[in-house]
Parts: sequence; C-alpha cells; structure tokens
Amino acid sequence: MTIGECKKRISAKDAVKMIQKGDSLLVGGFGICGTPFTLIDTITESNHARELTIISNNLGEAGKGLGKLLISKHIKKAIGSYFTTNRDAVKAWNNGELEIELIPQGSLAEAIRAGGAGIAGFYTKTGVGTEIAKGKEERDFEGETYIFVRGIRARLALIKADKADTMGNLVYARTARNFNPMMATAADIVIAEVDEIVEAGTLDPEQIITPHNYVDYVVLNDRYEKIGGEYVERTK
Amino acid sequence: MLSGLSNLRDARIRIAKRIVKELHAGAVVNLGVGIPSLIQNYLKPDSHVYLQSENGLLGMGPTPPKDEIDMNLISASKHPISLGIGSSLFSSADSFAMIRGGHIDIAVMGALQVSEKGEIANWAVPGKDILGVGGAMDLVASAKKIIIAITHVTKDRTPKIIQKLTYPSSGTRAANLIVTEKALFEVKDNTLLLKEIAEDSSLQEIKQLTEAHFIISDDLQTMKIN
Repeated sequence: MTIGECKKRISAKDAVKMIQKGDSLLVGGFGICGTPFTLIDTITESNHARELTIISNNLGEAGKGLGKLLISKHIKKAIGSYFTTNRDAVKAWNNGELEIELIPQGSLAEAIRAGGAGIAGFYTKTGVGTEIAKGKEERDFEGETYIFVRGIRARLALIKADKADTMGNLVYARTARNFNPMMATAADIVIAEVDEIVEAGTLDPEQIITPHNYVDYVVLNDRYEKIGGEYVERTK
Repeated sequence: MLSGLSNLRDARIRIAKRIVKELHAGAVVNLGVGIPSLIQNYLKPDSHVYLQSENGLLGMGPTPPKDEIDMNLISASKHPISLGIGSSLFSSADSFAMIRGGHIDIAVMGALQVSEKGEIANWAVPGKDILGVGGAMDLVASAKKIIIAITHVTKDRTPKIIQKLTYPSSGTRAANLIVTEKALFEVKDNTLLLKEIAEDSSLQEIKQLTEAHFIISDDLQTMKIN
C-alpha cells in the first residue's frame, strides 16, 4: 500500500490554510520534543494565520519549533507552564508584544484532557494559596482546599506523532508523546504531523495511543529528518 | 567565596551527594531542574530508586553515550537520557496524575527561598523575567515528601532560608527537609530543626547565614557525604 491511500493525508500548506487569523491552537511538545516542526514552519511562511493564541507547555526553544513562530510574529498570546528558558519569549513579553498566561503543568495537562473528555473542569490542590489561585473558585473537600480549573479546548490542534497508519491511528516516540495524546482529543480540527505513514493493520492495536477517530488530517513531516538523534531541517 | 568549597559547583555536588542518602530503595523520586538534576550522577546503579520525569517517564536512566542520543527521549531539564530497566512511558496527563494523585514518594526540588516554617518559593521573582511555573506547584501540593536542595545563600550572600517568604510561594505545603552545602534542616511542626552541619562550617556560620529561626537538634551531627 502506498501512503497516497491515507485519505486523511493533506499537505502542510493545505493544513495551514485551515487556520484563521486570531485562532486558538493547541500545539504539542515539551520544549521541541514532540513538536510538529513542518506545520509550524509552514505557518511562519503564511500571512493569514496571525494573532494566534498558542496553547502549549512552552514556546519551543529560542528559534526552534514554536520559537520560530514567535520570531515571525504570528503569536499574540501564549498559554502554557514555562517560558523562562526561551529568551525571545521573555523579551517579547517585556516589550508588550506577547501576552502570557501561566498554568501549572499538571493543571494544563489535565485541563486539556478534561476539554477532550467532555469535562467542564475539575478541582485541584495545585496552586492553592499562590498567585495562580487568584480569582479562582475555592472549595473544601475533606478538610483540604482545592481550586477550580476550567477544561481547555481549541479550534485546532497541531500534534506530532511518530507514525500514523493509513486510517490515522497514531503511535508516539518515547517522551515525544507528552501533551500530544490529550491535544488530539480537545480540538474541533486535529492535524497530526508524523514522520512515517504505514499501512493500516500493521500497528499493534495494544500500542496505538491515539485511535484514528480523533485524527482529522495527517501531514507528513517532509522538512525535518533525524540525524544523530536530533531533528535537523532538510536541505532543499 | 563559599567557605571551604572552592566554587559553586562543589557546593552543588555536595548537596546532591547528601540527598542521595535520603533516597531509599524502592522510592519513586522526581528530580527537579538545577541541583536536583545532578543527583542522578551519584545514584548507584543498584540503588533501586525509580526516577520519574514529569514529561512522561518512570525509570529514567543516565545520560547515554553520544552515539545513542535520541532527542525524542529527554528529561524535564530537556537533556538526553536513557531508559532504565523496567521503565515506562506515558503522556503528560498520566504523568501529572501520578504526581497529583500522591504516587511520588519524594520530590527533590530547588528553591529561591524557604521560610522558617518550610514554605517554598520556587517559581517567580517579583520584577524579574521568570515566566514559568512548570510542574513545581503540582509537586509541592502532592508529593509525599519534599526535599529542598539549595545553596545556603545567594551569589551576593543573601540568606535563602528566611523568616518569611518575600517571593511568591509555590503552595501551602511545607518542605520536609532542606539540604544546603553547609547544613541540613528538618521541618517539624512548622519549625526548622538543624540536624547536620558540614565539616567546613560551624554553628556560628549557620547562625550568621540563616535569617530564619531554627532550633538545634539534641543529636546534632557532622554532615557525612559518603
């Protein structure tokens, strides 16, 4: 079977056409591990997909992954847990060019999981008594205080998996899984970038992490290849 | 200059080595960034301590040789790592369910400040560019035991163990143990108990460099590393 028979497969360019100005996007990754490089690079070349709200643990790294999208001035707001190590993000925030909303990492992961599972929100002990709790509903359960966190959804999710099969079932690589499986459940349009597309039936069902019904489109990562364990941009 | 230690690096290594002794066989341990991330280098291969990495791994192994590096396999500090025997991989939601559900025995984390009640500030400095909280608040709220790994004072010799936090706190729960290159404090009933002093320090120096009130253990010991 050829990869052409993956009916969900589209080009990165066509995928990016679905993004509208001012959209909110869930983008997978922990730093640049498990991040959809090809899709992100394609957004940087677009003119329409600007003023985006990006929900992602970090903004990649300086100049890499979502860090590139920041430099190309496509991001208006970032919602995530940790931006300190991307100096460009800190600079943009200081200059008033980037809004930042901080959410503790566990609350971020759970909020996206909830968003995809039809759960409006949840109570957690994380952040109680801190600045994060300001303005949040508090409630006591068995003598302990919890705060309410709303579930998170977005119009689009751009995720990264290792492989898709021709139906759109996904498997991930090592810790590149991170936020991707939850994001696959929490958006109206889910676009999965993968390094490889294999024939349906060849993946062990026990190993499939994201079932195909969550995945609307599959984009092949054709811009980056793994050399010496790192993703390196292909020479054109 | 830090008394008795030629540089900051030695201080950090001493702290890491001392904390290794607190990690018992069978413990599930989360190591934070900074000094805690050094601990892995001093764990014996047969220690049976299981390291959890917040980005989705239980059973983190050491840094691999260069030709085996795979950037799809990284630590929370975003460094390449390996898979230990019996390791497992999972999503961020499952990882934080592990953390928030109370399944982590010991969290070792850095801090900017610790109060005399053991309260922790380790995510933000007012007026400075620290735009991150990461998993710190999740661990503070839910790890069974919290060990703080910090140098005793800042680079300009300002005490980090102080009466009241001046930086934003990371949660209402207190640390159980504070380990510096000079001393080890246990937090008991909202009070700091000085239990160990490093060989090259003294009670007088600890008093001088600790703003917080503390009581001295009846069984005060010299800090032993190995």
